[in-house]
Amino acid sequence: MIEAKGLRKSFQTRRRRKTAVVEAVAGVDLKVAEGEIFGFLGPNGAGKTTTLRMFATLLSPDDGEARVAGADLRTEPARVRRSIGYVAQGGGTWDDVTARQELVLQARMHGIGKAAAQERAAAALEAFNLTEYGDRNCKTYSGGQRRRVDIALGVIHQPKVLFLDEPTSGLDPQSRAHMWDLVRKLRDEGMTVFLTTHYLDEADALCDRIAIIDHGEVVAEDTPDALKRAISGDVVTVGLTGTAQKAAELLTGQPYLRSVEARDDDELRLTVEAGQTAIPQVMRTLEGAGIELSTIELHRPTLDDVFLTKTGRSLRES
Amino acid sequence: MKVSRDVWIVFQRHLLLMVRSPLWVFLGVAQPVVYMALFAPLLKPALSSLDNGSMAAAYRIYIPGMLVALALGGGLYVGFGLLAELSSGVIERARVTPISRIALLLGRALRDVVTLAIQAAIIILLSLPLGLFVHVGDLLLAYALLALISLTSSAISYGIALKISNAGVLGQVINNLAQPLMLLSGTLLPLALAPLWLRRVADWNPFSWAVSGMRALFAGHAADAVVWQSIVIMAGVALLALAWSARLFTRSVR
Repeated sequence: MIEAKGLRKSFQTRRRRKTAVVEAVAGVDLKVAEGEIFGFLGPNGAGKTTTLRMFATLLSPDDGEARVAGADLRTEPARVRRSIGYVAQGGGTWDDVTARQELVLQARMHGIGKAAAQERAAAALEAFNLTEYGDRNCKTYSGGQRRRVDIALGVIHQPKVLFLDEPTSGLDPQSRAHMWDLVRKLRDEGMTVFLTTHYLDEADALCDRIAIIDHGEVVAEDTPDALKRAISGDVVTVGLTGTAQKAAELLTGQPYLRSVEARDDDELRLTVEAGQTAIPQVMRTLEGAGIELSTIELHRPTLDDVFLTKTGRSLRES
Repeated sequence: MKVSRDVWIVFQRHLLLMVRSPLWVFLGVAQPVVYMALFAPLLKPALSSLDNGSMAAAYRIYIPGMLVALALGGGLYVGFGLLAELSSGVIERARVTPISRIALLLGRALRDVVTLAIQAAIIILLSLPLGLFVHVGDLLLAYALLALISLTSSAISYGIALKISNAGVLGQVINNLAQPLMLLSGTLLPLALAPLWLRRVADWNPFSWAVSGMRALFAGHAADAVVWQSIVIMAGVALLALAWSARLFTRSVR
């Protein structure tokens, strides 16, 4: 649905007569399949929004090629526009008009006739749980309601691809969960969703596949699970009653084990290929040798671990 | 026609916004009304040298000039509204739709014409008791001229706002543009009072022609050559301004 090769964009900044060129996007390659939620994860300033704006025809790329919904981004931007919806980070509504009026306008701007536009607006208000507030001015809405209006505006013309820039930034946890459900619903109806986020949990829980971007380049692209698995395997922590050394010796050399480390006398930290199959084997081996386990815990590596491995720093810090 | 349909859609939205907060329309009239009440009597001795010396004659010279000043000055400041819309994201929202880019400009500029028409009507109604008199046919021509001025000034203002995104800088640029244009068009003080060299410079200012045309219409001399000349000149300038601004609108995104 989206295919990009070597997409580049740089900006000129001028400060005291010196012009500096900032390379915001330094060659992005990616592929987004139809009907998936694709997340673009990276710290602020990594080039996420710039890439998204290029896909949405708002910026023209300096170099590279891309196809969105079957149309060439550089030569057929008008065709791209017909199949996409775009929701900017800050949204975009006038304060003194109602959500219904905004929805009708948006449908009309997409070339839909007046009567059909009104029907669509009513249906959208219903679908996005906005009917109750639909005839109030946009400035009276809460953050979550406003965001729902923004998304409704982005999909009023039933686009094939929806671009969302930081869809849950600044929302409270409940509105956030709502928004996730909404995005999943759109995906389930067949829409392809491309979103940017700097939230690890959002990339992890919401996205079918993600690309991690840093300094304008994609450093990794896969499903969140595969990315995490590829990094370091799983971490299993075993709590014992003072026989950690002995247990470590027993486990060393097992085929499913990558490393083993006795932390105190009563705790063992194992790195394994796949936690869910390693745990029963660890238990069997230790219990077979008469070593009693008090606790056993499985830690999956997080996307932050992935980011750390790929870029050398934590996403939380950057 | 797709473009005219799109213009209509954008125009309707901006008309709605105007109706929702009509205060701006009236605030725009406040300054001219103050000028009318205070400035015109002050100028009576100067203005009366041009006519028979009555107060009514002074207003017949003063009001048309002020209407041009309103169309020119008011229009030049509409760019600030566009800046606000650019930062609120509503422009971007329109840009990802297939709507005609020219319609984004024309729809707004036509709303500005409507705003001006309302303001001009208020001022003309207020001046009727002061002795202003104008024929309906002449008034319609005057309105056509005002509409052309308004289209020009708002197109220029939108164009500059697209180029200068900083509100502070925009204010300076607009001020520096508006003042010489106003002074060199004789909106407030007739150029007939000016030295010859200043009048020659003003001949190059299309708005100066517009003021002369307006004064002729309000004096009841619709057959004066300056009337059709000013309309032709302003139509040309309006087309140029719209073309320049439309190009910026289309180029900012293909």
